[in-house]
Amino acid sequence: MSTAAAPAGTGQPVPAGAGAAAMLTLNNVEVIYDDVILVLRGLSLEVPEGKIVALLGSNGAGKSTTLKAVSGLLPSEHGEVTDGTIHFSGEDITRVDASDRVTRGMSLCMEGRHVFEHLSVAENLVAGAYTRSGKESAEDLEKVYEFFPKLADMRARIAGYLSGGEQQMLAIGRALMSRPRLLMLDEPSLGLAPLLVQEIFGYIKRLNTETGLTVLVIEQNARRALEIADHGYIMEQGRIVLEGDAAELRENPDVKEFYLGLGEEGGRKSYRDVKHYKRRKRWL
Amino acid sequence: MSQFVSMLAYGLADGAILALAALGFVLIYKATSVINFAQGEFLLVGAYMFYTAFVVLRLPLLLAVVVGVVVATVIGVLVERLILRPMIGESPISIIMVTIGLSSLLRALVQMFYGTSVKPMPKILPTGSVDILGATVPLNRLLVIVVAAVVLTAFTIFFRRSRHGIAMRAVADDQQAAMTMGISVRRIFAMAWALAGVSALIAGVLLADISAVDQNLAAFGLLVFPVVILGGLDSVPGTIVGGIIIGLLKQGTAVYWEPGLATVVPYVVLVLILLVKPYGLFGETRIERV
Repeated sequence: MSTAAAPAGTGQPVPAGAGAAAMLTLNNVEVIYDDVILVLRGLSLEVPEGKIVALLGSNGAGKSTTLKAVSGLLPSEHGEVTDGTIHFSGEDITRVDASDRVTRGMSLCMEGRHVFEHLSVAENLVAGAYTRSGKESAEDLEKVYEFFPKLADMRARIAGYLSGGEQQMLAIGRALMSRPRLLMLDEPSLGLAPLLVQEIFGYIKRLNTETGLTVLVIEQNARRALEIADHGYIMEQGRIVLEGDAAELRENPDVKEFYLGLGEEGGRKSYRDVKHYKRRKRWL
Repeated sequence: MSQFVSMLAYGLADGAILALAALGFVLIYKATSVINFAQGEFLLVGAYMFYTAFVVLRLPLLLAVVVGVVVATVIGVLVERLILRPMIGESPISIIMVTIGLSSLLRALVQMFYGTSVKPMPKILPTGSVDILGATVPLNRLLVIVVAAVVLTAFTIFFRRSRHGIAMRAVADDQQAAMTMGISVRRIFAMAWALAGVSALIAGVLLADISAVDQNLAAFGLLVFPVVILGGLDSVPGTIVGGIIIGLLKQGTAVYWEPGLATVVPYVVLVLILLVKPYGLFGETRIERV
């Protein structure tokens, strides 16, 4: 098992701009909710420019909190980054306002889609372009319609009545309207049928290869995520416990067993066979 | 017939002002989920601000309107910043108590600076009358209807077309998602209060012009509640329809039945409509996907 390599867990602050290719760098980030609940315990990760990075882990590992810390949404949930730094394009954004981070070029697609239910598809997209000027956003609107032809067909429909898959496309399209350089997706496959999951992941891959968009994606569906990702991080209890090349992670026996549900014999394993050290601590 | 036409004109004029006053209430409720019991006092303060600019400072009409709008915006933003923002996260009932306190405060401030007597203000709207189908209809009522219609149309276009209008609706819909779009929720809250202040100012000035500049302006604000509840608390078209219905009911009762019942009947009808449509005529029900 290749344990967390640098920068994860080293505890050494990485100077701004270290590794010029890193678009996003989290260094030893600690997040506390309500002044008492420690969720991230010194998390470090790096998202290189132009790559897809997958962040995997079980429920409650702190994946969503990580994305919220990056996009600056913590204050609205009584959360706070109490230690460590977040750098975006070499600049320290740890204390920067959420709306300012969007202007700097990052965009988050929240878990559960969160489309504006009472607004039409077109209005949802216009709201996504809030930080941009009118002319640019009109061009981007056409680009999004081109990329998601389905959305173009229902631009006047009220978003709340779209199906789950259509809403996910809308949520991604809306996130693209701010013309991000880094797109963060929180469980884009949530509640979607397998075929739709494949379609959504296809779109994400295409965005990456066609436009060079950098992507950080959280997933429960580890198999799908590692298929399109270049690099993967595995989180447990607010820390990175494993990281590596996506192809390597796919072949890693621990990952196979825990996140892909495959035992060494290829069949499903019962909990009893699972080695003690791997068992999730449920109370601590 | 002539009686009906004049009832229609008076009723629509009342309804138009009510719709404007209620618009501010709905804006605040929709964007920030605050039930603002001080909406009537916003009318009062708006009218007195305009009175100060127009009569006391002797500014030309147009400039007085601009000054009034600026002051109303500032008051709206200040109220949000100083009184409501510290209350974010508190229980709805404490927020309601705060707005009730705010209403007393605003009324007291107006009394302190201007006293309780009726202030003489020259009529801005022409006082003549026109004959429509044999009825003599005062010109100022018609103009009130026109002004209100223009302002309400402008607001509707703002919400449908403009970037900020759509952003306001987005915040009303899903605050956190709006934040991920780079929309500053705080700025939207301030904007909602500012717009509410402006719409109340316009309603207050119109109302003062057809009645008088005095303390009773705030009482008119009470009628905002049947209007918004009827229209659905969070619907802009609902306030327009609700305003017109309440305005017509009030005048219709006074003309055809008994003037003393004019303030009661709207509430009775309100209860009847709510029995059939609990979310109001246009209120948002939560969307359930099938």
